[in-house]
Amino acid sequence: MTNTFATLAQYFQYPFVKNALIVGVLIALCSSLLGVTLVLKRLSFIGDGLSHVAFGAMSVAAVVSAAPAATLIVPVVIAGGFLIKGKRLRAVRIAVACGLLAAILFVWKFPATAPSFSNAAQWFSKLIEQHQMVLIIPVTIAAAIALLMGGKNRKIKGDASLAMLSVGALGLGYLIVNRFSTSGNISGDVCTTLFGSTSILTLSKFDVWLCIIMSVVVIGVFIALYNRIFAVTFDETFTTATGVNASAYNLVIAIVTAVIIVLAMKLVGSLLISALVIFPALSAMRVFKSFQSVVICSAAVSVVCSVVGILASILWSTPVGSTIVAIDIAVFLIFTLIGLTKGNKSFTIKKNAETANQTERIA
Amino acid sequence: MSQLTCDDVSLGYEGRAVTEHLTFRVDPGDYLCVVGENGAGKSTLIRALLGLKAPMSGTISTGDGLQPNEIGYLPQQTVVQRDFPASVKEIVQSGCLNKVGRRPFYGKEARALAQRQIERMGIAHLQNRCYRELSGGQQQRVLLARALCATGKMLLLDEPVAGLDPKVTKEMYELISRLNKEDGITIIMVSHDIAAAVKYATHILHVSHTPLFFGTKEDYLKTDIGKAFTDAAGGDEI
Repeated sequence: MTNTFATLAQYFQYPFVKNALIVGVLIALCSSLLGVTLVLKRLSFIGDGLSHVAFGAMSVAAVVSAAPAATLIVPVVIAGGFLIKGKRLRAVRIAVACGLLAAILFVWKFPATAPSFSNAAQWFSKLIEQHQMVLIIPVTIAAAIALLMGGKNRKIKGDASLAMLSVGALGLGYLIVNRFSTSGNISGDVCTTLFGSTSILTLSKFDVWLCIIMSVVVIGVFIALYNRIFAVTFDETFTTATGVNASAYNLVIAIVTAVIIVLAMKLVGSLLISALVIFPALSAMRVFKSFQSVVICSAAVSVVCSVVGILASILWSTPVGSTIVAIDIAVFLIFTLIGLTKGNKSFTIKKNAETANQTERIA
Repeated sequence: MSQLTCDDVSLGYEGRAVTEHLTFRVDPGDYLCVVGENGAGKSTLIRALLGLKAPMSGTISTGDGLQPNEIGYLPQQTVVQRDFPASVKEIVQSGCLNKVGRRPFYGKEARALAQRQIERMGIAHLQNRCYRELSGGQQQRVLLARALCATGKMLLLDEPVAGLDPKVTKEMYELISRLNKEDGITIIMVSHDIAAAVKYATHILHVSHTPLFFGTKEDYLKTDIGKAFTDAAGGDEI
């Protein structure tokens, strides 16, 4: 045991280990806070979908930073989003499409006459090279808003649109990286983004500060809007009817979700993010019965699991993300057992009452 | 002046009207029961009265000191609510949200208001219990307390007794009736249960694709539709 502590103490002399722990705890805290709301809103899979979008954005960012000309992808994607979304604003959509086509043709035909284009592209590509987040965060936020706010009038509904966006971004992202990336170790890069295996240990100072600031903002927003988030999650119709702007709070939830997902990619990678969002919330729901206690318990569970997971992964040199997820699963099983033994009695009674009620209704 | 006035309102989705030419008004202290078949536009009417959906034509206006966001609403239970981890107190307090303005938390007044409504509904002994562990009737009382936090003037009830057993159904109706008679709260209730509508309501609105009837209960019973319905429901007194 003393040996283990000695090893840990030794590791903690390295700043990158400290950074990993700070970022890990903050991300775990944020994702679990929001996780409760997302699970209850039946949006458990949003983490998965958005992280794949973030992966796609990341590959675009990688390509853009390598080849400035690829900057063109960005307006194309944004305009594409405009074209797909919504029935209204048909004129705007046509105008955007025409403008885009004209711009592409112009640059294509007269590359020499467009130095300003190339200057802007180079500046943008430099920016992206230094901070990929500049591209990834807005793209993911846009996807989150489209998914959460899109509403009831769309042709492709809820889970289908989520699945479509998720696999689409994943497939295209890998295609882009594979085809255009200049890196020598493509599969290694992809594996890192998907499973977050080493990126948590290679955080730059900028990453750490970005993460701290974002986390503080997210936690602040969550606390300030706690009662409203509860109301909107529990019963959106009632909340809207009493004159509270529920869709504004849904928008906030969408944006915050996107930010957390992008941050969490560093920690567990884009395939495992859902675990960070749903497991603590589900564990807490096994045992606790009020919203407040579920939120607090979920945050505590998440932080403890992440700390233990990061430490364990350092000690036994296992991949960070998978270790945290494994511990989350273990805790979930323990909480399920506690919930069963604690609430078994009342649960059966309630079940019986329900069946009785149903039979009565049928009769 | 009426609390709520609907003037030649047509409701529908994507240009297709579900129900047309609805004209009725609700005065303070009325107990209006909205009856009609499935698909006749009852739920659409509710959404319109709550301001969640704009009518295709006609106007819905509030008056006599009633603000549009002062209509307390008792929704039909959704699947999401049934397994939601929340205590009774948390749910009732969420009804006070339209009173706290821009402040992040509930103040002393809001908490006291919630407490009064909890006691009024006779669920004080349950206030720290988990909502999903309560019986159907108790859950309805919780939602009713929440609606009363949002308003003291008008309640809009959507099938308040759906899924309740006969005894609890009767208690629920008595409770609503007491709120109407003793506290003077205007009630608009959507229901399938014509027998109860006739028993408790003061006014009836019978909607089909066009309104078949609007008026007092006494007049309703004299019409052919009223007779047909009461004959059909008269056999088994629910």
